[in-house]
Amino acid sequence: MLLGLTWLLACQLAGELVVEATGVPVPGPVVGMVLLLVVLVLRDPPDDSPVHRTADALLPHLQLLFVPAGVGIVAYAGVLRDDPLAVAVALVGSWLLGLGVVGVLADRLGRRTRVVDEPGAAGGAP
Amino acid sequence: MNGAADAVLDQPLLWLVVTLLAYRLGLWLRERTGSHPLAQPVLVAIVLVGALVVLLDVDYASYADDTALITFALGPATVALAVPLHRQLARLRGFVLPLLSAVVAGAVVSVAAAVGLVRLLGGDDLLARSMAPKATTTPVSIAVSDTLGGLPPLTAALTITAGILGAVAGPGVLGLLRVRDHRARGLAVGSVSHGIGTGRMIVDHPVEGAFSGLAMGLTALVTSVVAPLLVALLL
Repeated sequence: MLLGLTWLLACQLAGELVVEATGVPVPGPVVGMVLLLVVLVLRDPPDDSPVHRTADALLPHLQLLFVPAGVGIVAYAGVLRDDPLAVAVALVGSWLLGLGVVGVLADRLGRRTRVVDEPGAAGGAP
Repeated sequence: MNGAADAVLDQPLLWLVVTLLAYRLGLWLRERTGSHPLAQPVLVAIVLVGALVVLLDVDYASYADDTALITFALGPATVALAVPLHRQLARLRGFVLPLLSAVVAGAVVSVAAAVGLVRLLGGDDLLARSMAPKATTTPVSIAVSDTLGGLPPLTAALTITAGILGAVAGPGVLGLLRVRDHRARGLAVGSVSHGIGTGRMIVDHPVEGAFSGLAMGLTALVTSVVAPLLVALLL
């Protein structure tokens, strides 16, 4: 677990350095994700390697990590209240359009190589 | 307020523990309701902790300080998204072009629709600029908002809300649109609801989680490039 975390933090650090050096407009951890992917492809560790186990422990709780930022919405609720209709409709509308475009486009364009395995995960009422 | 209550409220660990407990309650609720879409642990915890913060009149900056440990873990967790992606790497074969086209189109539509709808509904320029990058992960949306002349705290709130929307309603909407390819489903949610949506997809299905994380990263990159161009064009 500690070794896995060290790998993750080292990749994040390398990512931050790449961002600093190149000015590429993404966060350091996202570059770190790409770097770790490269490491995984090159080294091809077994599925129970420290990095795998740390990721499998951390990622199911990804939602937890956004709670403090989310509580910030409450703190800034005042700015959201300025123009509630425009805020709500534009937010939900543009979110829906974006979701639909990516989902439908990727689904149709990927039909040749599509994977619809394991039943149960697809569909579902809102 | 009396001294004993103050002593409890002054404990630096208090809000860390309260946040973890609220999230735990969210997990319990998700299980008890058979994964009802509204029972997203992130939503339950934000509502509960947010209510407490308001009721007890706690300063948000000090709450954020006390829970910095949780927020810190976002960095390594984002890096860790490479692991599910690595496991699904074979599913990228023959899908790279469809994937890139969909994500780029999605980023353009997200920004253009946000700006267009705000204008259509009579919202001001500041709101349009603040909403334009809301589909990307928070550090990027805040940085892009700043470049565009938006209001970063407003953008942060909109970004988190878009994320929660994806965790709650993303899979359901995709079901209605008959999007069944797990890769496409993951890409769609990651494109518009970043890490929070990815948090749901990872729990739902390994392929969806992997592609959601990938879409989150790509959308961040594409949006930071196209948002300034689109906003200059539309405003």
